[in-house]
Amino acid sequence: MSKTEAEKLTPLVEKIKGSIEGAVIEMDTSLGDMALTIEREKIRAVLAFLKEKGFNLLLDIGCVDRLNLGGKERFEVVYILYSISSDQRLRLKVLVPESDLALPTATDLWKAANWAEREAFDMFGVQFTGHPHLKRILCHHEFGGHALRKDYPIMKGQWCSDTQDMREDLEKE
Amino acid sequence: MGIEGKETLKNEAGIVTTRLEELIKWGHKYSLWPLPFGTACCAIEFMALASSVFDIARFGSEFIRFSPRQSDLMIVAGTINYKMGPVLKRIYDQMCEPKWVISMGACACSGGFYDNYATIQGISQVIPVDVFIPGCPPRPEAILAAIMKIQQQIDRERAGRK
Repeated sequence: MSKTEAEKLTPLVEKIKGSIEGAVIEMDTSLGDMALTIEREKIRAVLAFLKEKGFNLLLDIGCVDRLNLGGKERFEVVYILYSISSDQRLRLKVLVPESDLALPTATDLWKAANWAEREAFDMFGVQFTGHPHLKRILCHHEFGGHALRKDYPIMKGQWCSDTQDMREDLEKE
Repeated sequence: MGIEGKETLKNEAGIVTTRLEELIKWGHKYSLWPLPFGTACCAIEFMALASSVFDIARFGSEFIRFSPRQSDLMIVAGTINYKMGPVLKRIYDQMCEPKWVISMGACACSGGFYDNYATIQGISQVIPVDVFIPGCPPRPEAILAAIMKIQQQIDRERAGRK
């Protein structure tokens, strides 16, 4: 039996540990993928490092509200990276406290981060510092609160009174 | 064929008398031009209606217009969310009187199974609806039945008024 996809990434994890001290808090394999929990202050450096190492696609940025799950911090932002050349996938998790819900942007590394970060901002209220156009992407501009937070009443709709001009968005893309 | 000489005229030409209002209503009934406001899978089902199998042309509604200014029957086919609400209202306002609205499918009628923060629970909260079609999605026959309901409604109304 050959090594699992996740095990193949172990040398890379060692490299991260070697070059960015204290970056990797926890290493875990789940659903066949390697999942690393990264120190919040180091995430920017780790993302840049991995891009350098060939992870040329940012598949998605997700967010987990751990309100009912427990854990050290309330929010967990998840980056899913993929390398086309080596066909490897890697998940990075960052714990972010509710009191300071902010992370540095990854838009300068991957263009795909632009909309993914806007979605995380819209649904959970994560502030991505340095993002060129951090504005709601799915909910309308008059929406209050963040819809996918566990303390948002899921069936509470909010009326929108007017349409919005998209030209500003297009110019900033 | 054709009218040639007095004899033919005498045999074939006739006179029909009616009220002007009835004539206008007759015109409205059999030339409803639909505007499909399609946002989801119901709009795909709606396309079958124009095909030869169901053939909406039999009811005089084959001119599917994508401009609200050229149509008098709006068919809202699909999920309408809160962000789309003002768009729906604006398109409706741009249609000329007299105008009718069919709400097609569970989502447009009541939000369907999207009972959440994003979806309007029925478009009648935004614009007046004449006929609701249940179903997820409704069969094309149901849409034809709805168009016939609209025709019956036109019969009952005063011409050009609602």
